[in-house]
Amino acid sequence: MERKVIELDQGWDYMQKGITKLKRILEGSVEQFNSEEYMMLYTTIYNMCTQKPPHDYSQQLYDKYKDSFEEYISSTVLPAIREKHDEFMLRELVKRWGNHKLMVRWLSRFFHYLDRYFIARRSLPALNEVGLTCFRSLVCFFRQNFDTFCILIQIDKEREGEQIDKALLKNVLDIFVEIGMGQMDCYEQDFEAPMLEDTGVYYSHKASSWILDDSCPAYMLKSEECLKKERDRVAHYLHSSSEAKLVEKVQHELLVNFSTQLLEKENSGCRALLRDDKVDDLSRMYRLYHKIPKGLDPVATIFKQHITAEGMLLVQQAEDAASNQLFFDSQVLIRKVIELHDKYLAYVSDCFQNHTLFHKAMKEAFEIFCNKTVGGSPSAELLATFCDNILKKGGSEKLSDEAIEDILEKVVKLLAYISDKDLFAEFYRKKLARRLLFERSANEEHVTDLTLAKDNQNEFENYLSNNPNAHPGIDLSVNVLTTGFWPSYKSSDLNLPSEMVRGVQVFKEFYDTKSKHRKLTWIYSLGSCQLIGNFEAKKIEMVVSTYQAAILLLFNTSDRLSYSEIMTQSNLGHEDLVRLLHSLSCAKYKILIKEPISKTVSPNDIFEFNPKFTDRMRRIKIPLPVVDERKKVVEDVDKDRRYAIDAAIVRIMKSRKVLGHQQLVSECVEQLSRMFKPDIKAIKKRMEDLIARDYLERDKENANLFRYLA
Amino acid sequence: MERIDNVFYSYANKSSGLIDPEGIEALCSDLEVDHTDVRILMLAWKMKSEKQGYFTLEEWRRGLKALRADNVHKLKKALPELEKEVKRPTNFVDFYSYAFQYCLTGNEKEKQKSIDIESICQLLDLALGFQFRSQVDYFIDYLKIQSDYKVINLDQWMGFYRFCNEINFPGLSNYDPELAWPLILDNFVEWLREKQT
Repeated sequence: MERKVIELDQGWDYMQKGITKLKRILEGSVEQFNSEEYMMLYTTIYNMCTQKPPHDYSQQLYDKYKDSFEEYISSTVLPAIREKHDEFMLRELVKRWGNHKLMVRWLSRFFHYLDRYFIARRSLPALNEVGLTCFRSLVCFFRQNFDTFCILIQIDKEREGEQIDKALLKNVLDIFVEIGMGQMDCYEQDFEAPMLEDTGVYYSHKASSWILDDSCPAYMLKSEECLKKERDRVAHYLHSSSEAKLVEKVQHELLVNFSTQLLEKENSGCRALLRDDKVDDLSRMYRLYHKIPKGLDPVATIFKQHITAEGMLLVQQAEDAASNQLFFDSQVLIRKVIELHDKYLAYVSDCFQNHTLFHKAMKEAFEIFCNKTVGGSPSAELLATFCDNILKKGGSEKLSDEAIEDILEKVVKLLAYISDKDLFAEFYRKKLARRLLFERSANEEHVTDLTLAKDNQNEFENYLSNNPNAHPGIDLSVNVLTTGFWPSYKSSDLNLPSEMVRGVQVFKEFYDTKSKHRKLTWIYSLGSCQLIGNFEAKKIEMVVSTYQAAILLLFNTSDRLSYSEIMTQSNLGHEDLVRLLHSLSCAKYKILIKEPISKTVSPNDIFEFNPKFTDRMRRIKIPLPVVDERKKVVEDVDKDRRYAIDAAIVRIMKSRKVLGHQQLVSECVEQLSRMFKPDIKAIKKRMEDLIARDYLERDKENANLFRYLA
Repeated sequence: MERIDNVFYSYANKSSGLIDPEGIEALCSDLEVDHTDVRILMLAWKMKSEKQGYFTLEEWRRGLKALRADNVHKLKKALPELEKEVKRPTNFVDFYSYAFQYCLTGNEKEKQKSIDIESICQLLDLALGFQFRSQVDYFIDYLKIQSDYKVINLDQWMGFYRFCNEINFPGLSNYDPELAWPLILDNFVEWLREKQT
């Protein structure tokens, strides 16, 4: 049976009735569509689309479908929304959106046949999309973001502490998302962008007043709270994709823009917090700034400056003490530096989460003041002396082995900051040798040689008691060391005082009975003596070095001696003599009187035994300052460095054959950096030397290029 | 050729067969040139003379032939042209380098490699004075007061010439001690800069 053709007007009329009923339902009527009605409406569309031309009305129906929405929205929906305000408007919007979705669902069911063939054939948007787009273009466009404006007012209200309807906002914002139909463009352009801008304005305003009124910790606390609240906001009603942008905006306004004013606030800024050990505030500062790119840089800089200042202060105090000739105890300085180090290491780990930026700041700060010379001693020497003292029976206080190890570990950390590591090594070595010779080290390391020496001494004593003819005349104890195991010590040809000659002789005889093939070389410079001085007031026992003793004993035979006489009789050199005489006549204990009275010893001086000398104590130790050691150590290290630089240059050039000047210098510095920081001038000098010795040559064309000569 | 030889023998020492310092002095007075004049040094360069103060027959021949002179009069006339030739940049580097090596003393076995400060000052004045008067004067002042170096070697000598050519004087704005300038020049520049403040 042939189907009857439905004319457009006729068919549309019928559809219109259905649509009107739908609108009534949306407006609240309790009517419903039953299946029969639905089928009729569907079939009408179907028929009109499958009729033969010119009666296939697919296009027209598609257009009318769209028009239905537009008409409804402009006549009913928009006015309904527009006539409300604020929150109520938003509520209306949410309601109308819900309605609209319903309308789209129903209408697209009726018109579904179009979806099946027509739209694909013509590459047109699907019915669903058409419906939703209508809402968007009309409502959103015509509204000109009034709704966005309303939302923002709500948000700002909440920021000021007022309660708002979060669920409502969530619903409204869901519209923005849903309308995008998979894209976020509606949400981002129509809501998010203005929201971010508004946020920026809001916080910029707040920040400008807070920064003036609040202290740094208070400001930071507020900032932290604001950030937390904004994050909560996202959780409650904003779309999650807004979180990163929102946080960045707030950070920018509160923390980045005012970073300098905040950190540099006098009396409460970063410097003050460090000064006052405000650990919590500093931790907060770290938390706030560490997500911001380069945010921590200024904090690290202030940290570094602060540590440097504290370190320099310690150095300066020590330097002042030394130059005023007050008692300068390098031990104290080193201990304080260790404490400083511990303190700020704790900061780095507790407040700054071990961030590399702060480790670096601390390292650079320490490198600055740990390389200063104090009281004439390079820091390398001070550190070596400190170690020496610790290891000498645990230092001035008895320390347990654990405590010693602990401290030494900390010293090693400080050593990392010192550029002249080779200088430290040399000083340490010399002191180690001395320690082993004269005292038992706290670790009781048994050096075979010393044990042998002790055995030797015991045998000597036995020999003496068994040989009544062997009279050393004095109490003598001798340490015999094997050459080669120990650093070389210079010992001049001291004219041994007669009192000692016999003792040495007897020992030699004893030693010859033990081993005929060994040669003994006496190092008097390392010996020590106990003399009894018969002063007018009382007898005093003096512990002195052998050299000092030798000089003092000269005064047993003459009351007055000139410098040159002493020199001749003792056979000591100028350098030694000046030092020795100084220790006996110009220092704490004036055993000898010097003419003329002055602070230094000169070759024209005359010396006399001082009978009036006395002291509270019955036994005194007259120290011999070992100043020269430093000079010699520095000289030795300089020499070693010259060789090290030469070796490095040759090594590098041998492998590279041809190399530019700057590269050579930088590789050289890198190779040597483990032990010391070579001076550029020193490297140049060594290069010149190597050129003169035909190891290298300068290129003829390019003066900055060097060639290795095999 | 014969004429050249004859002129040679008129100045040469009879026993050694070389023109020795005395002979050179005589030659200079005939040329009406002071024997410390740079042109004598230029003549030596032209001859590729090896030993300062002495000319061999071979060297003499070489020089005079190149200058197209077979008597003293012609030789004298050739001097201005020789001067011009030396001053050409391509030749000058060679001449400058030659001047240094010519002044080194010692024989085959113990060839010296550097020249003492005082002689260097004279040599600088002679070889570079006309071209870089102010640099030379300042450098000579510096050499006399510094104590790091007692002698100057060829590398340093050539370095100074490069310095004069490349570095703005007295501004010194383009001197970079991080480059491969000899250390003595680094020190010289430091000294100059200190003076200028």
